[in-house]
Amino acid sequence: MSAELVEHARAGDRRALARLLTEIENRTAAGEAALRVLYPLAGQAHLVGVTGAPGSGKSTLVAALVGQARASSRAVAVLAIDPSSPITGGAILGDRVRMQVHAGDRDVFIRSMASRGHAGGLAASTVAAAAALDACGFPLIFIETVGTGQSEVEIAAIADTTVVVQSPEMGDEVQAIKAGLLEVADIVVVNKSDRPGADRAAAQLRAMLTVGAQHDRAAGDRPRPKRPLVMLTSALTGEGVAELLATLDRREAARRSAPGEDPDGAALKRAEAQLAGILAQRMAERLRTPERAAQRDAALRALAGHETDPFAAADRLLALLSEPAGG
Amino acid sequence: MSDQNVPARPIKVLIAKPGLDGHDRGAKVLARGLRDEGFEVIYTGLRQTPEMIVSAALQEDVDVVGLSILSGAHMTLLPRVTAMLHDQGMDDVLVTAGGIIPDDDIPALEAAGVARVFGPGTTIREVAHFIRENIHSRAA
Repeated sequence: MSAELVEHARAGDRRALARLLTEIENRTAAGEAALRVLYPLAGQAHLVGVTGAPGSGKSTLVAALVGQARASSRAVAVLAIDPSSPITGGAILGDRVRMQVHAGDRDVFIRSMASRGHAGGLAASTVAAAAALDACGFPLIFIETVGTGQSEVEIAAIADTTVVVQSPEMGDEVQAIKAGLLEVADIVVVNKSDRPGADRAAAQLRAMLTVGAQHDRAAGDRPRPKRPLVMLTSALTGEGVAELLATLDRREAARRSAPGEDPDGAALKRAEAQLAGILAQRMAERLRTPERAAQRDAALRALAGHETDPFAAADRLLALLSEPAGG
Repeated sequence: MSDQNVPARPIKVLIAKPGLDGHDRGAKVLARGLRDEGFEVIYTGLRQTPEMIVSAALQEDVDVVGLSILSGAHMTLLPRVTAMLHDQGMDDVLVTAGGIIPDDDIPALEAAGVARVFGPGTTIREVAHFIRENIHSRAA
């Protein structure tokens, strides 16, 4: 079943691709089997993360970038993540509203994902879904995060290029020097440039985000902040969108022309995020045998009742896992 | 915490408004209500053609397509959606409709593949119950 799905999806069957993404999203055995085939085939696409506050215009900007990419006949995929309810598990996935202009185009594949309890602005299977789209031949993949606050920076670990979208009225210079989201940007886009104050906001961001560049040389081996480009767009009028896509393409070309180099450690960070997620999943699965589940529940109850501490509880469960799986 | 890793498979529903009427309060209220029932609801906005709706349903691999229509064009648009789903091999997708649809038209719509037409006054609970009872279980 899974081999057939992979074959059809890679041959351009969009329905097979959609089914494949469902298997991946639901973390089924078929999904895992497919990913084992697909992961080695991935690594060809440019993964562009688009993040920013709710209402900053991420979906509209992504739709405009997709339109721009289609003008040069490139196939484009979009993964759009929206939050799941922590209470009911339900979700409203509304990013397509801004993207339906591309609905009839078979070389644009848009998939909504609910975060399903995963924190950090993505869903647990977003990296895997992006790898599948990559292996199925989409050279450009936009990953739109949930509307973020100040510190949902996971996207930077999994994308090749991270775009942080701001709207003109996002605050003063102090907002621009706070740690968090702006620090992980490769490109900061001040969107809605048709509104008053956009130029000023961009100037403030440029001033604040590039300050201290001269200290970099003296920093030695300390981790250095990125020096993001600040660009202006209006997804509504289209102003600046072509320039933004051209900038993304230039960055990608530079990255491709230096294979093996990983200046920001991006490839390693992505590998780490992938591995950590799967390790956690595997561990949870192995704790689900009846006997281990009982021990896990006992540990949870002891912890909730303050009879033990979380470190001791975790160590006990880890010790349990290293024993041969008896029952 | 490890419950987060238990494979959760919420039902995926596309709520779509085919045609030209510009009133989507009902569709939004339903989307919100189904969210509270634990469904993942994809909303695509106003003025969707059957092609746009079927394309979204295909890419999102939804279990259910819910069509809201007030304009009176249901006898043209709804059978087009079910026919296009059929052409794509998507007969396992449950199609329901709601809005302003005269009783006399319901048998023809059901014959065209609309599983249920919900009239004014239907509660969200009824819709959620119908979906849970009638979605086609898929082999994983």
